[in-house]
Amino acid sequence: MKRYIPPQIPRLALAFAIVISLFLVLRHLLIPDTFGKYGPYRAASMDDYSTIEIHYAGQQACFECHQDIEDLKALDVHSGIHCETCHGPGQKHSTSAEAADILKPTGREFCGNCHMMNAARQKDAVLQVDLTKHNIGKNCTECHNPHQPWEMKK
Amino acid sequence: MSQSASTMGNEKIGSSRRKFLKSAVTLAGATIGYTWLKSSQILIFAAEPKDETLPWYGIAIDIEKCIGCGSCAKACKNENDVPKEPFFFRNWVEQYTVKNDGTVDIVSPNGGIDGFVQRVPDEDIFKSFFLPKMCNHCAKSPCEQVCPVGATFLSPEGVVLVDEKYCIGCRYCVQACPYGCRFIHPVKKVANKCTLCYHRLKKNLAPACMEVCPTGARMYGNLRDKQGPLVKFLKEHTTQVLRPNLNTGAKLYYNALSSEAR
Ligand code: HEC
Ligand code: HEC
Ligand code: HEC
Ligand code: HEC
Repeated sequence: MKRYIPPQIPRLALAFAIVISLFLVLRHLLIPDTFGKYGPYRAASMDDYSTIEIHYAGQQACFECHQDIEDLKALDVHSGIHCETCHGPGQKHSTSAEAADILKPTGREFCGNCHMMNAARQKDAVLQVDLTKHNIGKNCTECHNPHQPWEMKK
Repeated sequence: MSQSASTMGNEKIGSSRRKFLKSAVTLAGATIGYTWLKSSQILIFAAEPKDETLPWYGIAIDIEKCIGCGSCAKACKNENDVPKEPFFFRNWVEQYTVKNDGTVDIVSPNGGIDGFVQRVPDEDIFKSFFLPKMCNHCAKSPCEQVCPVGATFLSPEGVVLVDEKYCIGCRYCVQACPYGCRFIHPVKKVANKCTLCYHRLKKNLAPACMEVCPTGARMYGNLRDKQGPLVKFLKEHTTQVLRPNLNTGAKLYYNALSSEAR
């Protein structure tokens, strides 16, 4: 028995075939190259991240020109603190060697960020002073050398 | 009578066998078709092959060592050009103060960048601690799962990243992150978050927040390296992740995390 196939079926099938292949072609054109290389995302976006410029040079970079200060710092309690913790981002300064490109922190609040009395600050992690009592009216660096805090200035 | 009954039976068996064969062939065809599609990636994108040669990054924060100086939050903003307004943070520090009456006071003035001033007098304090926060780089991150366009993803190194060219700024991920680690960049209008300083990792530099931490309270490392410093730290300390009940596969481990921490 020959089955009767209504004429609209092949026509519809053709229409479907065209739409589906169009979809596949469009999809191929719209999806970026590296999409799906590792998963459902554009793998090349990881390369985009790799090209972002750094601002913090890492303290090794500072030693090249400021070994003297590192030698001071290494002897005392601030030895664990990297230069850029206090001086801010130094990548630009490392290449230009201009004083204007690096921060020179001042003020009692600056030291206070780490040394101000606070109940949450563990005493064995950092010694604290009461900023409202400890030698008020004077800048911390008038007495303490920031790179060697116990080497008191006269 | 019995004859006709048996032929009827044969017919039944015959037609059901045909049906069975038909569906078996369809199933097999569909399976083969699926695997073919999958391998040629025409419609379905391959699930991520975990590359054993790459590191699998995790983070540890030692709350006992954190002195709440805010250096990490400040460095993060500088390194990643995060807007300076006090409500865009990839990385910030909170101070928890549990009072004697049982209430908890949580503050984070400008994410800790401006420094913490103790605002509860000593005699009212039961205990107090700092809680530095950042992206947990979850292995099963909710933010990645809700992204409708595949713009946020877990890199093969286990870092959750945002594809800024692909993100449509729909804010689903901001809603989905249970740790509040995402925001919409006010200028770029796309999702923004901690990248574990991916650009620095690629240059073998530590993430900015870890570079500047004065007490070594923060560390990152390769969880695959069983002899490495991070695994050693996890071995020697009692660590916990935030909101373990959510099963996000968080890879940010805190030492000495108090139960008040949210
Ligand atoms: C290429 C050499 C070089 C490198 C690398 C370098 N510096 Fe300098 N730095 C200099 C010179 C030269 C000066 C003096 C500039 C002047 O007085 O005009 C200086 C001055 C400074 C000053 C004083 C600025 C002032 O206002 O007086 C600071 C602070 C400083 N550097 C910090 C750093 C830090 C932190 C790093 C590491 C990120 C670093 N430097 C890396 C060459 C360098
Ligand atoms: C604890 C914070 C801190 C750290 C860590 C630190 N500095 Fe400084 N540094 C200061 C302060 C504060 C001053 C400003 C001193 C002043 O005004 O007398 C300063 C001044 C300087 C100066 C200007 C010259 C001087 O001696 O006054 C240079 C250069 C410098 N620092 C380089 C470095 C380098 C290089 C490192 C890393 C090896 C480093 N600093 C680490 C806080 C720090
Ligand atoms: C980024 C945080 C930070 C800043 C800023 C900072 N310090 Fe420190 N300081 C520390 C830490 C941490 C220690 C303890 C190091 C240790 O014990 O290993 C310390 C130790 C000290 C000590 C010795 C206390 C002891 O344990 O014997 C003095 C004094 C001191 N700092 C003074 C200063 C002064 C003055 C400034 C400002 C120029 C300053 N610090 C800025 C973090 C900081
Ligand atoms: C007039 C000089 C002078 C000034 C200014 C000064 N200090 Fe001191 N500081 C000292 C002397 C002396 C000691 C040691 C004796 C003591 O504990 O008072 C000391 C001790 C400390 C200690 C250790 C505290 C302890 O318990 O042993 C810290 C931390 C400290 N200073 C931080 C600072 C900070 C931060 C500033 C700025 C806000 C500052 N100092 C300003 C002279 C000074």
